[in-house]
Amino acid sequence: MKEVKLFLGPQHPGMHGNYSVHMYVDGDIINKSRPTPGFLHRGFEKLMERRHWMGNLALIPRICVPEPDINEMVYAMGVEALAGIEVPEKAHWIRMLVLEMARIAVHVMGLGFIGGPTGMYTATYWAIAQRDLILDLFEELTGARIYHMYIVPGGVRKDIPEGFLQRVIDVIDELETKIPEYEELILKHPVIHARIKDNIMLPAEVVWELGVTGIGMRSSTGKANDLRKVKPYARYDQVEFEVPTADYSDALTRMNVKVRELYQSIGIVRQVIAKMPVEGAVNVPVAAGNALRWTVPAGMVYSAIESSRGEYGYLIVSDGREMPYRIAVRGASYPQGLLGIEKYLKGYRIDDASLWMDTMGVCSPEIDR
Amino acid sequence: MNKEKSMFSPIKAWKYLVRRPVTVLMKDIFDNPREASDRYRGFHQNDWEKCLGCGTCSRICPTNAIEMLPVEGLEKKEGYKSERPAFDYGRCSFCAICVDICPSDSLNMSKEYLHLSKDADTFYFMPDSTGIHKDSRAHGYLRDGDSELLDLERYAMELEPVDRKKSFMEIVKGYSMEKALAESARCVECGICTETCPAHMNIPEYIRSVWKGDMKEAMSWLYKTNPLANVCGRICTHKCEGVCALGHRGEAIAIRWLKRFIVDNTSEDLYDEAALEFVIEPVNGKVAVVGSGPSGLSCAYYLRTLGYEVDVYEEKALPGGVIRYGGPEYRLPEESVLKDIGIIEKAGVKFIVNTKVGRDVSLDKLRDEYDAVFLGTGFSLSRELKIPGYEHEDVAYAIPFLGQTRDYLRNLAKMPEVHEKTVVIGGGNVAFDVGRTLIRLQQTKYNKDFVSMAALEHRGILPCDIEELEEGEEEGIKGHFGYGPAEIVIKDGKIQGLKVQKVISIFDEEGRFNPSYDPTDSFVIEATQVFIATGQRPEYAYLDEEMLSKITMERGQLKTGAHGQLENYPWLFAGGDIVQGPDIITGVANGHSSAEGIDAYLRSIKK
Ligand code: SF4
Ligand code: SF4
Ligand code: SF4
Repeated sequence: MKEVKLFLGPQHPGMHGNYSVHMYVDGDIINKSRPTPGFLHRGFEKLMERRHWMGNLALIPRICVPEPDINEMVYAMGVEALAGIEVPEKAHWIRMLVLEMARIAVHVMGLGFIGGPTGMYTATYWAIAQRDLILDLFEELTGARIYHMYIVPGGVRKDIPEGFLQRVIDVIDELETKIPEYEELILKHPVIHARIKDNIMLPAEVVWELGVTGIGMRSSTGKANDLRKVKPYARYDQVEFEVPTADYSDALTRMNVKVRELYQSIGIVRQVIAKMPVEGAVNVPVAAGNALRWTVPAGMVYSAIESSRGEYGYLIVSDGREMPYRIAVRGASYPQGLLGIEKYLKGYRIDDASLWMDTMGVCSPEIDR
Repeated sequence: MNKEKSMFSPIKAWKYLVRRPVTVLMKDIFDNPREASDRYRGFHQNDWEKCLGCGTCSRICPTNAIEMLPVEGLEKKEGYKSERPAFDYGRCSFCAICVDICPSDSLNMSKEYLHLSKDADTFYFMPDSTGIHKDSRAHGYLRDGDSELLDLERYAMELEPVDRKKSFMEIVKGYSMEKALAESARCVECGICTETCPAHMNIPEYIRSVWKGDMKEAMSWLYKTNPLANVCGRICTHKCEGVCALGHRGEAIAIRWLKRFIVDNTSEDLYDEAALEFVIEPVNGKVAVVGSGPSGLSCAYYLRTLGYEVDVYEEKALPGGVIRYGGPEYRLPEESVLKDIGIIEKAGVKFIVNTKVGRDVSLDKLRDEYDAVFLGTGFSLSRELKIPGYEHEDVAYAIPFLGQTRDYLRNLAKMPEVHEKTVVIGGGNVAFDVGRTLIRLQQTKYNKDFVSMAALEHRGILPCDIEELEEGEEEGIKGHFGYGPAEIVIKDGKIQGLKVQKVISIFDEEGRFNPSYDPTDSFVIEATQVFIATGQRPEYAYLDEEMLSKITMERGQLKTGAHGQLENYPWLFAGGDIVQGPDIITGVANGHSSAEGIDAYLRSIKK
């Protein structure tokens, strides 16, 4: 049969953001695949060299739309390391709250979005609705639903509003009761189950070969490699949680690990709320003067945290001026979202390509940045 | 998965029938729009009453979404620019960094998140407090102490400890490099200060140079508009700080101290290089300057940069006028004066001292010998206060007293006569100069001090700078503010004290100076010597009858045209206290402007 070239995306319900995969198919089997990034390339790393240390806050969340806060966190950590400043205690706890709420939101969404490529749109709607409850909280805390611009070098931008923590508890309590329902509706649904079990494999060799981190690595190799545990930042060393692992990584396993992580994050949020200091400052100035003239001492630093997709880091170089000299982003999606698709998508069926995107942990805006 | 179980799964769906759907109807969204949270970062609102037009919002905006646009018909207020920010929502990222840095707190974001229009131009607009839809919706995101992006507190200059009154040592220590950098990092570069400064000094520019650590560049900025940087860095009335954008929510930038930091910390080579960079050969003509005070010095310096030969005539033995004989040593040390005058000498200006125009040489003669003449003779006489007893020999006036003190400190005169108990009449800066000088002299002579002060104005409206009041009282001045002098009480030929009475009002109904008193509230301030510091006045002995009749005067000051040029006498220019002010920086500005005016005039007649 003649080989046909098919485009998956940039406009496609099974595609994440403006990303595209060119597939050369024979029948419905993919013979060759070429990821085509770039539709969302906004040149953020370069733009950051022309923005004040504070002004970059407006750019960085946009590097990863579903989980913007990780950008704010790694950026802030890097700048703080260079500037040699200590973040106030309360800010550490608020940051953890934000990061875990973000992880919950993105995991819930990831769970539901599998409904897209498998034809179960109810799952998608439920997930979006559930995530919206968390976005409501973000809106109350930070002033925006998606791009929070809240974790800043030096701490967080504003203190917690009255009664906010109780509302967080209400939302996660309700979420916790819903998770089994989602599992039943989504993961145990015969159609979805059949599609994701023993499909979209990620063998350990591939993890090592490509440098996959996050759930991909943990589900495939059994290694509990989670930066919150192995190299704790903020106050992750003061909360208890487990790092779920597995040693067989098909799409279903990765989904199950995601669900187990959801429970862990809910647990972390509860501990954070219990342990967070009530009083105290939420930030310190990065440098003397106003934000137009904040300078950061010359130096180079790599800061990394555990995002929902794996290790996420910024390399920041300062030459001592009021703007960064260079910033490079280490996105967690690169190995599986770019190299993996190029090399290992072949042999799967056309309709499985979207499942790859959904279950491998790929954020296309972050690849493009 | 268990096949049987999954066969029954569809039945489970029934239970969801009674649940509230998670989706919302579009109609609902429009009919009952959800109110955004209290911190919501929606479209901007800007309170035009408060907005300074400083443009700080536009400078910090990371997306270049803000453009400062002139607004016609906006009432011109000191310290405010007639511009307001316009926002381009095709660019704005709704970060609210502009809100967090706004020095006036005029800017905030609203809860409005919905704007639908086919007209793209409606997404670019200049908000006032009613926001994008002109219906004044509730506030959304506001700046608070946590999200502050300004550095509101001034980095303090240290004062010498209180025993400073035992000597004439300069009391304010200069900034250290570290503090100067930190202080300069507070400036938002709005230039509001420049508009207000009489000399329109390039303040944000030189503060930026300090911040970059480039002293030569900073010096160059100073000398573009002010050749008395040492003097002004110490005793300028700093009107600029009164309007500084930072002053609205915090403390104004220490503009004057930063200027002082520049002159104190630039190496001599760089200093001279920057200050003399634009001085050129005197090929364009010859100008006489009468009086070597701030306006004369400034005029002379800028004439040298325009290629004129300049002779400055000075009545006293040393050039400098008020900066040499007025400002007290503890605020304005001799070295600073010497440094400023030294540069002007290095620029090639010739000083002809001990020569009073109108006495030793006539104005006519100057007219013959020079292409143009600049008058900067200042307010050289004390204003008399004719209350009973004013002619007593132990009544002294501020100007000669301060002058003699400076000469005494230069070892050129003996110590002025100072009694153990003294009283100063007046409440301006000069009165405090006298009072604080007295304290130091009394300490030297008697090892103790006793200085009282009486002023018409009550504490809240004293004309002096607040620091003078604070530091003066700290040093021991006993102020009786709101009490006017009635009589110098004399007994057996000796002064016993100053009788004062409570002031009811200073100006009459027509707004003229005409104090009224309450004679029932009256007492005597104990003193054997009285100092009068109630103002200065000019002396015009060099103007003959004819000139006096042809020159318009207003409240003792000359009325001039542009650049200080006198009507009917195009070769004659005037500036400084006899035209405007009185204060030093206005003199500097006048001198500069007159130098330009003289240049333009001489070029015009050459053609
Ligand atoms: S920063 Fe504030 S005061 Fe300055 S122009 Fe902008 S809105 Fe007006
Ligand atoms: S909200 Fe941010 S992007 Fe928008 S105008 Fe203000 S500073 Fe600029
Ligand atoms: S000194 Fe004050 S008024 Fe002048 S530019 Fe700086 S912030 Fe603006």
